[in-house]
Amino acid sequence: MIRAHVTVAMLALLAGFIAFDAMAADPLNPYTAPPMLALGSGMAAAGAHCAAPPPK
Amino acid sequence: MSQAASAAIPSSPGAAARLMALVAIAAVVLAVALFAGPRYGLLLLIGLGFGLTLEGFRFGFTGPWRRMILERDASGLLAQLICIAIVASVAFPLLAANGAELKGAHAPIGVAMIGGAFVFGAAMQIVLGCGSGTLVNAGSGNAIGAVALPFFAIGSFAGAYHLTWWTNLGSLPVMVLSGGQGLAITLVGLAAVAGLALMLGKRGSHRLPARYWGAILALAGLAILHLIVAGQPWGVVYGLGLWVAKVVVAMGGDLSGSAFWSAPGNQAQVAASVLTDVTSLTDFGLIGGAALMAWWRAGLASPIGILPARAWVAVIIAGLVLGYSSRLAFGCNIGAFFSGIGTGSAHGWVWFIAAFAGSWVGVRLRPWLGLEARK
Repeated sequence: MIRAHVTVAMLALLAGFIAFDAMAADPLNPYTAPPMLALGSGMAAAGAHCAAPPPK
Repeated sequence: MSQAASAAIPSSPGAAARLMALVAIAAVVLAVALFAGPRYGLLLLIGLGFGLTLEGFRFGFTGPWRRMILERDASGLLAQLICIAIVASVAFPLLAANGAELKGAHAPIGVAMIGGAFVFGAAMQIVLGCGSGTLVNAGSGNAIGAVALPFFAIGSFAGAYHLTWWTNLGSLPVMVLSGGQGLAITLVGLAAVAGLALMLGKRGSHRLPARYWGAILALAGLAILHLIVAGQPWGVVYGLGLWVAKVVVAMGGDLSGSAFWSAPGNQAQVAASVLTDVTSLTDFGLIGGAALMAWWRAGLASPIGILPARAWVAVIIAGLVLGYSSRLAFGCNIGAFFSGIGTGSAHGWVWFIAAFAGSWVGVRLRPWLGLEARK
């Protein structure tokens, strides 16, 4: 077994997960997407982050 | 290596293959931008840049700490500190002037946070990969990284599930260094750590190899771009836990028992496409960028090393522990150390001390777990 096998398996797993999510999650809607840059958008940052304190 | 495998993977990809790979990646990024939104396409591109940089310059967070502990080689740690200083020098003014649009990686210091960072530091030395390192290793064909990654994700999901219980053990309010004074304190702190590392390190540690300078500039540039695009600093482990949460819900699991996963923001993220989650996109990019770089320089043809069974058991357990502890610690080397300190969170400094102490233990555990020869 060589490293390429691991990489191919990893990329296949990733593609499989994204395909599964595309079927299970809410459909994408680019018209409700935020502007390309958060800076200058006038919108509060809303993304999740591992450093965010948990909800009370 | 089998003959078939050797034939299937040329030692060095040709120009046509490289061009096709670049076209395919551009098509994927464009598709994400078109179907999910331009910000998400750009975040995937930034993630690819992180992966290309870390694999291309052979730069990381675990290895330099290991070399500092075992060989007193401070150069890698020094490179990390310089990179954080560059990011902080840009991020502090940006956050001060645009507090409504941008946020830092700010988290509370607490009992579980410190314990989590210590355990994370030990586990990352066992698998020789932190948050970003495990993703890069998995993408570049490292079997240990690939085996650890799914368990890292499961651990991250479980750690987030129990996070409120752990933080209730005792936490201080979130403490943030901000503005010009905060930046000055941060830069002095980074310089002090660098001075201490040089004092304890072997002679010549101050001379950084050219590849470190390449990594410093590329990582700092990408991290600043990430803040501008996403409105938040670079992070890794939230996305991993989210992937497992999505699978659990799809299998009929109920997350209402977790204060974390049942919070409206997290519920919405579990229901939404993974292509709209900031950390998932950069995580995908890290794996893809590392894979591309490893293939580009013909690094995928080397055989996988053989390890004893107890070593694989140790990798699985360490993967679970990495994920669980990184949630208690409010981040890994990226979310807490790199982005925490770089955006003024006091927890980043405490994380660094605790995780480095844990790394000292982890380095000494590796031989006992069968992951390297005993001396």
